[in-house]
Amino acid sequence: MTAILTLTVLVLIGISIWQISKMFDLSQTERNTSQVANDNDNNTQGKLMFAFLVFIYLLTLYSFYAWGDVLLPEAASEHGSQYDNLMWISFALIFFVQTVTQALLYYFSYKYRGQKGKKALFYADNDVLEAIWTIIPVITLAGLILYGLYTWTTIMTVEENDEALVVELYAQQFNWKARYSGQDGVLGDANVRFLQDFDGKNQVGIDATDPNGLDDVIVQELHLPVGREIIFKMRSQDVLHSAYMPHFRAQMNCVPGMITEFAFTPVITTDEMRQKPDMIAKVKKINKIRVEKSKALVANGEEALEPYTFDYLLLCNKICGASHYNMQMKIIVETPEEYEKWIAQQPTFAQVIQ
Amino acid sequence: MTKYIFSQDHKMIAKQYLITGLFMGIIGIAMSLLFRIQLAWPEQSFTIFEVILGKWAPEGVMDPNVYLALVTIHGTIMVFFVLTAGLSGTFSNLLIPLQIGARDMASGLLNMISFWLFFLSSTIMIASLFVEAGPAAAGWTIYPPLSALPQAQPGSGLGMTLWLVSMAIFIASSLLGSLNYIVTVINLRTKGMSMSRLPLTIWAFFVTAIIGVVSFPVLLSAALLLIMDRSFGTSFFLSDIFIQGEVLHYQGGSPVLYEHLFWFLGHPEVYIVLLPALGITSEIIATNSRKPIFGYRAMVASILAIAFLSTIVWGHHMFISGMNPFLGSVFTFTTLLIAIPSAVKAFNYITTLWKGNLQLNPAMLFSIGLVSTFISGGLTGIILGDSTLDINVHDTYFVVAHFHLVMGISALYGLFAGVYHWFPKMFGKMMNKNLGYVHFWVTAVCAYGVFFPMHFIGMAGLPRRYYTNTNFPYFDDIADINIVISLFAFAAGAAQLVFLYNFIHSIFYGKAAEQNPWKSNTMEWTTPVEHMHGNWPGEIPEVHRWAYDYSKPGQEEDWVSQIVPLKEGEEELQH
Repeated sequence: MTAILTLTVLVLIGISIWQISKMFDLSQTERNTSQVANDNDNNTQGKLMFAFLVFIYLLTLYSFYAWGDVLLPEAASEHGSQYDNLMWISFALIFFVQTVTQALLYYFSYKYRGQKGKKALFYADNDVLEAIWTIIPVITLAGLILYGLYTWTTIMTVEENDEALVVELYAQQFNWKARYSGQDGVLGDANVRFLQDFDGKNQVGIDATDPNGLDDVIVQELHLPVGREIIFKMRSQDVLHSAYMPHFRAQMNCVPGMITEFAFTPVITTDEMRQKPDMIAKVKKINKIRVEKSKALVANGEEALEPYTFDYLLLCNKICGASHYNMQMKIIVETPEEYEKWIAQQPTFAQVIQ
Repeated sequence: MTKYIFSQDHKMIAKQYLITGLFMGIIGIAMSLLFRIQLAWPEQSFTIFEVILGKWAPEGVMDPNVYLALVTIHGTIMVFFVLTAGLSGTFSNLLIPLQIGARDMASGLLNMISFWLFFLSSTIMIASLFVEAGPAAAGWTIYPPLSALPQAQPGSGLGMTLWLVSMAIFIASSLLGSLNYIVTVINLRTKGMSMSRLPLTIWAFFVTAIIGVVSFPVLLSAALLLIMDRSFGTSFFLSDIFIQGEVLHYQGGSPVLYEHLFWFLGHPEVYIVLLPALGITSEIIATNSRKPIFGYRAMVASILAIAFLSTIVWGHHMFISGMNPFLGSVFTFTTLLIAIPSAVKAFNYITTLWKGNLQLNPAMLFSIGLVSTFISGGLTGIILGDSTLDINVHDTYFVVAHFHLVMGISALYGLFAGVYHWFPKMFGKMMNKNLGYVHFWVTAVCAYGVFFPMHFIGMAGLPRRYYTNTNFPYFDDIADINIVISLFAFAAGAAQLVFLYNFIHSIFYGKAAEQNPWKSNTMEWTTPVEHMHGNWPGEIPEVHRWAYDYSKPGQEEDWVSQIVPLKEGEEELQH
């Protein structure tokens, strides 16, 4: 595969060089001719303008045909559907405006291509037209802004309550940890200055004198009960990171020296998501690609790739250093019973530091 | 020596800016091609890496730190050195005195110093590439603490220091230049050149200079505070940090403060880059349509509106930075308002084409291309400027696609359009039009070929600045999109060689230019082809009309120079 592609590139570069040398000859002979566009040029370039319009449309159609399935995966959080609605409305609007304006732009460029002797229309101003294309965007945007702000406020208003599960996401170069608040539902105080206590066993710097912290649970894999609001508190111990959970339409930066927060309610368990027809198709496609890649690897005496099964992801989405590209954590959404069972098996902070 | 090197003549300084800018552009684009190889064929061995990167590509495989460095320096060079200095520096210098009817800039000396500071900062930036631990690699926004702590990544050592020094000098250069432009436009207009008769190019350069003066000093303060944190142990941006097994002493600072300061320049910077390109386009589209620019007053008003709004929207880069969500609401509101003057501009360009007599010169093609990418890229801004939608596409390839189209490609098109259009004025020669056509079409196809598919990877959730996405099997199905993008990128790179060849070849062997090859109304075309200090041999001509009397009924030709007096009974258009 790579060999073919590299070859293609080489061929492309070869063609460009050949073209350039051809241009060189052309430019030699044309030294004495005018370098201002004449009727001939206007005609050719005008038609190319129209062809380019077709190209843009075809590129759009092809992209949707070939890659449409990678767009926005199904939302797995409660506010996700609100987010997706707003996204698709904005998208529909954008597509409409894009299709119309590009058509006008390139069609006019083609239709009014210059001819000697023709005179352009002296048309410098029209207040009515100006008013129309000021007011229409104003109204459309007013709608979008109001809808957007309504959704934004709904998503970002985090209210502490007894039902919600409080989880701390802890970022460091280059991994994630999660801290659950334990029986009391309150996270213990923490600061990087406690990190070296207990021979490094204090992984996220909990203040051992704060009783709220003793029942906290620190894990490397995020388990979330379905249908329950999760309030995330984000911390970072070194540089900026960003906790990005695309399937839940959730993201918030982790900032050293402060605690940021984001909340959502997961609504689809990992198992349910794996059973969705779209997801089955996606995983199948990915595994086909991996099998092909593995063949090449095995031929080189390397190990084959493992087959892929779907899991929700937490990615780092703020440049944080060399291994930024591999700073991830698995998220498992499960039934409340499964979650309770899992959390009960995890050691508390008090047990870890004993 | 004083003619070619330490020249105080604005036309020579413009050429110096252009050539330095193009040189930096070659480096910036070459870097992008290098990391496109890595993105398409991750972690594979390439001889070209070994040759160019040497020890940073052991056995021909690019090191992750080097990838980040390339991305960082590519961004820095393209935004500041090519599109700020190379575009605005070149054409503000060339056109402000010529189009307003002045003998030179208000201060030739400051102008010369401005260029040499720019040259110095370019040299320092290039020098930082050869530092032992590598150049700055924290992204072009250099957010602390990553940029503040050498322990966090190798590029944050000497490389970052040089980056900061280079930027500080660059800002000084930019401020000197901007002040000069403002003073010149206000004070040195020739008789009859009222503000309402100014070509739109000058309006754009003038307003750009004002935004620069307002916002660049804030970046300077951010850079200075960062230098203090790095070298003198202060805690402006740093607090509670544990790195490499050690608790650092910093207490009470906030990286969010840095983000505010950075984007207070960073967002207006987008318009510092874009407005000159739009000004150039306005001029070229009117000239080549043989029609007045449609809605002159609305065009000026939208430039002013964009400039004003650009200074109060910076927070849309920080919706999920941890700042108060209420601030996010305010910034969403102001941000989406920018769509209104932008839409007005786009529609006015399209209407200018309507019933024109379009002369499709290469400059015109690039100008039409600019309107096209300005629309395509601008529209996705409606998604990114909406705080809600930003949650899931923030810092993904969707953003990369958006800003490359709307400011990168658009501004580059503006730069190319300007070069093709004013090459006869700068060098007294014509550029080859056929090479210009090839350059445009390959670039236009590839620009969409590169950036259109990127929206898809972004919507799929792939973060930007990832060295490779092979560690996420979930993204395996977008690997082939990355290959397509890279192939288009290489072809686009090759097309720029055509331009480069045309540019250099035409300087020496191009056909000699006439005084006014495009039959344009503006004043720069009334000066002799041979450059002379002071621009006009005799007295500076007086201006009698606005710049856009193209195809005016009652005139024999389809153009009337601004210096031609009104005929008897002719009325000046109320615009």
